Amino acid sequence: MDYHYPDARGHFGPYGGVYVAETLVPALEALAQAYEEAKRDASFRAEFEDELKHYVGRPSPIYHAKRWSETLGGAQIYLKREDLNHTGAHKINNCIGQALLARRMGKPRVIAETGAGQHGVATATVAARYGMRCVVYMGEEDVRRQAANVYRMKLLGAEVVPVSSGSRTLKDALNEAMRDWVTNVHDTFYILGTVAGPHPYPEMVRDFQSVIGKECLWQMPELIGRQPDYVIACVGGGSNAIGIFYPYLEHESVRLIGVEAAGEGIETGRHAATLVAGRPGVLHGNRTYLLQDEHGQIRETHSISAGLDYPGVGPEHALLKDLGRAEYVAVTDDEALAAFHSLCRYEGIIPALESSHALAYAAKLAPSLPRETVLLVNLSGRGDKDMHTVAERSGIRW
Amino acid sequence: MNRIDRTFARLREQGRKALIPFVTAGFPSVETTQALLPALVRAGADLIELGIPFSDPMADGPTIQRASERALAQGMTLARVLELVRDFRRTDADTPVVLMGYANPIEAMGEARFVQAAREAGVDGVLTVDYPPQEAEPFAARLREAGLHPIFLLAPTSRPERADEVARLGGGYVYYVSLTGVTGAGSLDVASVLARIPGLRERTGLPIAVGFGIRDAQTAAEIGAVADAVVIGSRLLEILEGASDADEACRRVEAFLRPIRRALDEKVTR
Repeated sequence: MDYHYPDARGHFGPYGGVYVAETLVPALEALAQAYEEAKRDASFRAEFEDELKHYVGRPSPIYHAKRWSETLGGAQIYLKREDLNHTGAHKINNCIGQALLARRMGKPRVIAETGAGQHGVATATVAARYGMRCVVYMGEEDVRRQAANVYRMKLLGAEVVPVSSGSRTLKDALNEAMRDWVTNVHDTFYILGTVAGPHPYPEMVRDFQSVIGKECLWQMPELIGRQPDYVIACVGGGSNAIGIFYPYLEHESVRLIGVEAAGEGIETGRHAATLVAGRPGVLHGNRTYLLQDEHGQIRETHSISAGLDYPGVGPEHALLKDLGRAEYVAVTDDEALAAFHSLCRYEGIIPALESSHALAYAAKLAPSLPRETVLLVNLSGRGDKDMHTVAERSGIRW
Repeated sequence: MNRIDRTFARLREQGRKALIPFVTAGFPSVETTQALLPALVRAGADLIELGIPFSDPMADGPTIQRASERALAQGMTLARVLELVRDFRRTDADTPVVLMGYANPIEAMGEARFVQAAREAGVDGVLTVDYPPQEAEPFAARLREAGLHPIFLLAPTSRPERADEVARLGGGYVYYVSLTGVTGAGSLDVASVLARIPGLRERTGLPIAVGFGIRDAQTAAEIGAVADAVVIGSRLLEILEGASDADEACRRVEAFLRPIRRALDEKVTR
């Protein structure tokens, strides 16, 4: 497959780009240039890899979920264990990369937006690790849903700013982080947590997260003597999915499936399934699929998982959808919860609610496929942060 | 000739500077905006920037965010913004109106449909905050073909070559963002703003309007001594926030703008 995206101006076909106010253009140009230089610098790459090995604990293992696969009675499910990374999710891969870049650019202050809190925790972690000041923007609604992560960020020395504008979730936190950046651009580096936003973020975050898929490319042959038939990952902004999809793009026999949040059901309108039910537009600095009303206003989204509760999606996913190289589906809150409980009970692994969406689709798919078929699911994070949400949902006081 | 060009030509002849108020359409209510547009002209506005509310105004501070949220809650849409302009044109054929907003509502309507509707409604220019020149080429061409000016922002951090891009694609005037921050922020360094203006004017060949953070008559006059126009937005919306009805809103706004108009005319001499 002949695939060279983004182009020099940050476009993934018709998507991506730099749709920001002029005040941010110079900062993004400087960032793009610094990233180009860093990426070609062998010492930068070596330090990134060294940090991933000794600080994050990479490579993360791939685990054959035998008991769960047996129970489902079909294809074999393998899990890429990003939940075992330091801080408990894939988010740290990208944060290490961007923090190293911030240091290289001489910026002593980092900011971030966060939904579930995983990216905020990862940013606070690297800020502590490299001695940087750190401010995390988080929607008020998410602060409530993810109290444990808020405390974790504070323990790590970060300031957490609750955002009360708009729908008080991830999209509003992103707006607020951009506003901070535009105001403090002289000393501040914005560590964006997903493959969305203006160029060079979608490319840069993809590159840092690609370590996930690159490891799978040598791990799967070691385990089963070949590549998997399917690679499945959840998609909110889409960073864990791009991280595992991207190295597989040229392996055309491997089917790539992104799983979005159908919330209470696509037909209810209360969901966050951007690629399944949205249409293209411009938000947060890039052109991509969006959940919007007929007047172009961004819709409030719903998902049981704060990390998927986002009305946009990375522009590269928009392109992969149009090209047909990846397929995008959606599973409901209830389906994700059922998969969450199954993995707890059959494998002794508590998955993040985000990752539970990918698991839920694998559970749907597996019974219809022969036993020789192999599904590789990106288990992007662990579920400790979701105890409160799951308990509340099950009517358990906790 | 576009009304914006005509207005700046007349002011240049008179040795005066343009006062440009910004109001969010539909804030605090549709009726208020309707009454407000002529009131702004009575108070001395030379050109009106009318904000198209958007759910995610990334470049705006809390005041314009709140105004946008409230306007949207009242059911404001881009189509209704255009109706407001059409109404205004029934009684005012001369004062230029520039729509200012974000790309997505325009794209949702369809660029071609929007440009035609804007022209028919009597719009003179469009400033799309999140279309910097490198992403705006087709849209800017469409606007120019319809006789409307694509208006662009330049910032203190912009490289000099950015002004050439604006000169190539834009028209009407350049909106110079007076500080590195969001709309309505506090700290405006007048001296550094003034230092940039002559160079920008020469490089773009366009009048320079300065906005973001101008809150009173004195600052307006200082900026107006060098710039061709001053834009006042967030402070104006703050004044509107507490108004109980359209009449009071108009009275408040006129009382706020008149001294600014005077200061601008007194300090500035031919």
